[in-house]
Amino acid sequence: MTPTVQTHSDPDLRSAGLRGVAADFGSDQRAFKTASWGKAMMWIFLLSDTFVFGCFLLAYMTARMSTPVAWPNPSEVFALHVGGQDVPLILIAIMTFVLISSSGTMAMAVNFGYRRERSKTAALMLATALLGATFVGMQAFEWTKLISEGVRPWQNPFGAAQFGSAFFMITGFHGTHVTIGVIFLLIVARKVRRGDFDEERRGFFTSRKGRYEAVEIMGLYWHFVDLVWVFIFAFFYLW
Amino acid sequence: MSETTVHAQQSGQHHPIRLYLAVWGLLFALSAFSYMVDYLGIQGYLRWSLILLFMMLKAGLIVAVFMHMAWERLALVYAILLPPLLVLVFVALMVSESNYTIFTRLAFFGAAS
Repeated sequence: MTPTVQTHSDPDLRSAGLRGVAADFGSDQRAFKTASWGKAMMWIFLLSDTFVFGCFLLAYMTARMSTPVAWPNPSEVFALHVGGQDVPLILIAIMTFVLISSSGTMAMAVNFGYRRERSKTAALMLATALLGATFVGMQAFEWTKLISEGVRPWQNPFGAAQFGSAFFMITGFHGTHVTIGVIFLLIVARKVRRGDFDEERRGFFTSRKGRYEAVEIMGLYWHFVDLVWVFIFAFFYLW
Repeated sequence: MSETTVHAQQSGQHHPIRLYLAVWGLLFALSAFSYMVDYLGIQGYLRWSLILLFMMLKAGLIVAVFMHMAWERLALVYAILLPPLLVLVFVALMVSESNYTIFTRLAFFGAAS
């Protein structure tokens, strides 16, 4: 029975587990049976982005492990002077909470999108964009503070010179991703609010009919940006 | 994957809002825990294992629930989640390389300046 089910149109008859993986990849026309091409392509893009950030973190690891000079203590470098005492890493902690909150609002926007609640979806996406912009703003503040303290890609007053290059490279690339995400969010939020996905209006660029799945695909990108921050927070700021 | 979840995907992902709020709360708690690791000044192997533990839990929750990977078919899950594991091979290579680099720096250029 099982070897023939993958060609069956009834999704309930698709096999599960490893047999399902083999059946899906060996089947006709498409391997990802339940993910649309848009979703699959976003996932594949995110996979490639994973390698980009993976290589950045690896370069940072290599620089940190191979220098005989002491690495600056991020707990002290990123401390803020609040209420008469230094609170370690406090700005980074707030940035983490802001980004996680934006992921929460994004997940709910996707949910309301599939319920076709247009105004709630758009409002939650705008909230996500606002939190994202807040994150970028705080990052700009952090960069300004470090630059004014003399941190450069080639030197810094705290320790190993590679600290600056790793910091600007990794957080800069991540901040760029957040910024692109905010722009992307605003574009999709506008489409949602205008009702493009309800009346299947064609997109200005692709001329394809819009669907609420666009919100979920947008969400994949946004959650990925949050995901990368989880790794940066762990390896760069906490390690 | 159960058959009911396959049904749910035919017209997008439908899950109760409660689930997202619960994951949101968990992510907040886990972030607070990882911040506490630094705030309390835990050092050594305990610090590194706690950081990695909280990091993996957060990453798992985001990918599984927020990105809906838990409800995708295994073909997509394997296609996306297995390749990044190869980065670990790269890590092993670079750890070995870094150890050699610092060995030569200490042997030929003296101690740290």
